Formats: sequence, C-alpha cells, structure tokens
Amino acid sequence: MILHSYLALSGILFTIGLVGVVTRRNIIMILLSLEILLSAANLAFVAFSQALGDLSGQIMVFFVMIVAAAEVTVGLAIAVVLVRQHGKSNADDLRDLRW
Amino acid sequence: MVNPPAFLPWSILFLPLAAFLIITFLTRKSKPLSAAVAIGALALSLCSTAALLIHILRCHEPANAAFTFTVPWVDLPGLFLEFGLLVNPLAILMSLVVTGVGLMIFIYSVGYMSHEPGFARYFAFLSLFAFSMLGIVLANNFVTLFIFWELVGASSYLLIGYWYDRPRAADAGKKAFLVNRIADFGFLLGILMLWSVSGVHGEPRTLNFLMLDSVSAHIRDQFSGAGLFSPLSLIALLLFCGVVGKSAQFPLHVWLPDAMEGPTPVSALIHAATMVAAGVYLLCRIFFLLEVFNIPQVLGLIAWIGGFTALFAASMALVENDIKRVLAYSTLSQLGYMVMALGMGGYAAGMFHLTTHAFFKAMLFMGAGCVIHSLHTNDIWQMGGLRWTMPVTTTLFAIGSLALCGIFPFAGFWSKDEILALAFDSHRILWFIGTLTACLTAFYMGRVFCVAFLGEPRSREHHSHEAPAIMLWPLIPLAILSIIGGFIGIPSLLDNPTGAHVEFNLTVALISNLAAVGGLLLAWAIYVKGFQPVQWLQNLLAPATRLLIRKYFVDEVYGWINRNVQQRTAVVLNLFERYVIIGLWANGIAKTTGLTGSALRRMQTGKVQNYALALLIGLSLLIYASWRWVP
Repeated sequence: MILHSYLALSGILFTIGLVGVVTRRNIIMILLSLEILLSAANLAFVAFSQALGDLSGQIMVFFVMIVAAAEVTVGLAIAVVLVRQHGKSNADDLRDLRW
Repeated sequence: MVNPPAFLPWSILFLPLAAFLIITFLTRKSKPLSAAVAIGALALSLCSTAALLIHILRCHEPANAAFTFTVPWVDLPGLFLEFGLLVNPLAILMSLVVTGVGLMIFIYSVGYMSHEPGFARYFAFLSLFAFSMLGIVLANNFVTLFIFWELVGASSYLLIGYWYDRPRAADAGKKAFLVNRIADFGFLLGILMLWSVSGVHGEPRTLNFLMLDSVSAHIRDQFSGAGLFSPLSLIALLLFCGVVGKSAQFPLHVWLPDAMEGPTPVSALIHAATMVAAGVYLLCRIFFLLEVFNIPQVLGLIAWIGGFTALFAASMALVENDIKRVLAYSTLSQLGYMVMALGMGGYAAGMFHLTTHAFFKAMLFMGAGCVIHSLHTNDIWQMGGLRWTMPVTTTLFAIGSLALCGIFPFAGFWSKDEILALAFDSHRILWFIGTLTACLTAFYMGRVFCVAFLGEPRSREHHSHEAPAIMLWPLIPLAILSIIGGFIGIPSLLDNPTGAHVEFNLTVALISNLAAVGGLLLAWAIYVKGFQPVQWLQNLLAPATRLLIRKYFVDEVYGWINRNVQQRTAVVLNLFERYVIIGLWANGIAKTTGLTGSALRRMQTGKVQNYALALLIGLSLLIYASWRWVP
C-alpha cells in the first residue's frame, strides 16, 4: 500500500505542475512548475524502483535530474534575455513567434 | 518461299529519308548536288523495288507471296506494337508506281524549278514526301501506316505551300491540311475501334494486317446477327473516312483543286499519281476486312460515293479555265472511278486503274507544266496554237488525253473498261453514271486540247517555245506506258481468288468508246469549228453553267458552316473555358485554398501556454480513448 501512497503523491505533484504550466503567466513560475512536473516523475520512478527491488529506476532519476538542471539553465538564460529585450516577463506578452 | 534479303525493303523506304537529311544538313547550298542526291536515292529505291518484284515473280504463287520485315517497337502487357513492312504484290506494284513515276517527276523538276531560289528545299521536301508515301505503301500494320499517313499530309502541306510568300498558296496548304485532319480523325477512331474488337478467344489484340486477316472471320462471328448496326459497319465507315480525305472524295474534295497552287511537278507527283491514290491504295490494302465483314450497305455507300464523285467532279471540270484545275477535277473524277470499283468488289480493277491513271495523269500534269513554264499562265484562253511551237508537248499531251478519255487501245481504256464492265454486271445505274462521266471526261479534255493547243495564239506578250530536253525526256517513258500499259498484265499480278472477276465485255467497251468519241467530237465542233447551240439551249444551260462555275457552292456552304456554326461554338467554348474551367475550376480551387489558409492562420496565437493547453487536452483525450476503447 506504501507504493500507492507514493504514486498518489506523485499524481498530485504532477497535476499541480501541469496546472502551474498552463495557468501561470510569469516565465519563472512556468519554469518552476516544469520542475515540479519532473519531480513528480522522479518520485514515481523511485517508488517503483523500491517496490520492485530494481535499481535501474533510481539510475533513471539521476539522468532526469541532470537533464533538468541543464534545462533550467537554458530556460533561465532565455528568460533573462527576454526580460532584457522586452522589459517584461509575462508570457502573454511574448507573441513574436506568431504569424 | 525464300525470303528476299532484308536490306531491299528497308532501303526502298529509308533511302529517300536519307536524301532528305543529307540535303537539309549538308548540300543545301548546292543546287546540282541536292538534285543529284534526291534523284539518286529515289533511283536506288526503284532498283530495290524492281529486285523485289523479280523475287516475287520467281515465287511459286506470285499472287499470294507475302514477306514481312519487322522491328519490335512497344512491348507491354496487353499492347504490342511493331514497326514493320509487308511486301506483297500489291505493295510492290504501288511502290513501283511511286518510285517509277516519282523518279520521272524528280528529273522533270530539275528543269521546271531551275530558276527557283528554294531549289534545294524543294528537293528535300520531295524526298521527305517519297519517304512518307513509301511508308504508307509498305507498312504492315495500322499504327505504322497511320504515322506515315500523317507524314504524307505534312509533306503535302509543305509542298503545296512551297511558295509560302504567296497568300493563296499558303492558304491552299492550310486548307489541304485541315480538310485531311477531319478525315484522319475519323480514320484514327476507326483504327482504335478495330483494335478494341480485334482480340478474339483471349488472343492479344492486334493491328497487323496479316494477323487481322487470320482473325477477321472470328471478329465477324462475334458480331453476327447485329447486321447493319454492328460496330463493324462503323469501323468500315470510319476507315473509309480516311480514304475520303486523302483521295478527296465528295464531300471532302474541296482541298484538291486549291492544292494546284503548288509547283506543277508537285501536282503531278502528289495530287495525281501518288498521295491522292494513297486512299484508294489503303482501301485495297484493307480490302480483306471489307470482304470478310461483308456489309452490303457499307460497300454500296463506298461505290455510290465513288460514282457520285466521278460525275460531280467531271461536271465542274467542264467550265474550268485553269489548265491545272481541269486536270485536278479530272483526277477527282478518276479517283471516284477507283473507289467505285472497290465498292463493287473490284479490287484488281481499282488498282489497275490507279496504276494506268498514275502514268497518264502524271504525264498530263507535266505536259501542262511545260506549257505553263513557257507561257507563265495557267489560263487556257491565253494559250492557243501551241501545236506549232511546242510539237513534242502537244503530241505527249494528246497521248495522255486519249488515255484519260479511255480511247482504244490506250492504257486508260483497259482499266476504265474493266471498272465499267464490273458495274454493268452489278450496278446498272453506276455503269450509266460511269459512262456519262467518260463522255464528260472526253469533252473537257477535248476542250482543253482544242483551246490550248489548236487554233491561233491568243497571247501577244509571251511567245511559246518548246520546253528544254530535261523536261521532255521524263515524259517519254510515261507516254509509252500510257499506250501499252493495258497489255502488261497488271491485274494478273493481283489476281485475287475471292474478288470479283471481270470478263471483257464488248458492248460496254463499244458504248464507252462511242461516248468518249462523241465527247471529243462535240468539243472539237464547239471550240474549233465555232459551232453554237441553238439559242433556247444556251438559255437553258446558262444557270447550270453559273452553278458549275461556283463549284456547286460547296466552298460557300463550308464557309457558312465555318462562320456560323464552328465560329459561334468556338466563342461559347472560349467563354466556358475562361469562366468555368479557368475561373471556377483552376483559379477557384487555388482561391479556396488561400482563403482557408488565411482563416486558419488566426488560430496561431503565439502564446506558448495555449499550445501547451492544446497538447494537454489532446493527450487527455488520447489517454481517455485508449482506456475506454482499447481492451
């Protein structure tokens, strides 16, 4: 039953992150929500790894953390550049990629 | 039967093409060299033909000899086409006419065209024409034949319009080309229909003459009971449509008189001896089909069109003043005889008349060419008294005229009499028409001869003189053939066991000769002795004369149809194309696509979160669907 609790927590975290990505307007907050999404996935990996006695799930988590760190670096760099260019960090105002 | 060496038939066909290419690309600058190349190639062709003739005559049964030489061309499942030649007595006879008479005309052209700037171009086109014509003669299937059929049309166009800076010649070329196009369209449809019915008992479909010969009875049995309205009648009529165009039968005869705008040797070669005879030759070549299909109404129609054309054209020749156009109408009329013979089943008779006609008509045209060359006019009323200044031409022209009128014992007598005897036995009315035509023929030839060659000179400006030797010598062999051509056994070469046999009929011969002599005497009385018919007869004939001078208003009717039917349809179709096909269809689709695009473009907001939401919704739907429907 302990696995179920972990998975429920993972699902709650994932939903929080998803709602955050879709609803928040600040780029920083969107990036933060993305991190929560990744953490939810990581928690599910670790829970399954523990329940099945297989370490490969935990190895996967290390990879995800490394990739997440790299992604945040790039994402924050883009956010800084956007703020410098436009003077704002509201995602709704950034529509340059439109037709 | 031992096959003759393959290079013989191929050399007959391809030597003139080689001459055309050599003249066009190498010797165009040199007049004598160009003429020598063209004449040399045709002479070698003639030698090859003669060698093949000797080979065939030495066969066990010359009349049934047939050799094929083929190269595969298209080999696909369900479609096999070949480029091939079929050498049989009929093809060799026609090939002899084309190369033999053609050679004389080529030599004559050297004299006639000597002052022309486009001399080399002329010989190049002549060679191209000889190549195309020999292709028709030798082709062993309908596809090959049709290709050459069109090539002949094209080279005829080039030669009629040789003096392209004269609007009348250019127009005549276009007219000939367009009229033939109408006929060839029907011909092509006929070939395609024949192809579609030619596969019987699961055999592959074919257009090869020999194979069609072997399956034609099966094809007929497929449609037995359908009678007159079977597809076979339609096929026969459509194939005959091609003949009507090339051989200038009514109602597509209008192009031939206008084609006289071309140089006279061209008229002799193309519009007397060979190309117009191609239609009759085609009818002979596919005669086995008509014979096996055996639809009496179609054969009757062919015979009637021939007979009608014979009389119709002869009547227009009565009032024509242009010497070449008289000969053109006379050609129409004689072609009518041949078509009539074919319609009555007289395969050998038709081909016999074609051969003798080629001899004397080519000679008559070249004789007229000598006169035109000397006087620079075509109008017979500006000639006269040529018998003193051009004695040789006069003699030759007289021989040709007598042969054309069918006076015993000239060549034309034997061949025309064979047709008339055939008609006497099967179609009495057609025999009457034929005899009447013979009388009219004698009258208009007598008229031309009396006006142009007898009497006193009428033109003061030009003094006639005899043509140079190079224009007289080629006429001598043709004159000899016009005299003795009836005795050299042409029909026996073509002896067709199933075709109609014709016995010599003394009554028919006497009547037709009397008719011809009567016509000649009448012409002599009117145009030499100055005999005038009584006044009431003259009044009676005046409206008929007007009708004849206007050529039965056929050209006017065609012009009216052209302006009022074809032109108006074209305007409507033009609007339809511009507004429906282009406006609605082509541009309509493009505009609809563009509008849809610019409407859908609004969906792109540029906001990352909208896309993320769309992704989320889509993913949720997918997951829901997989949980709901996938077991």
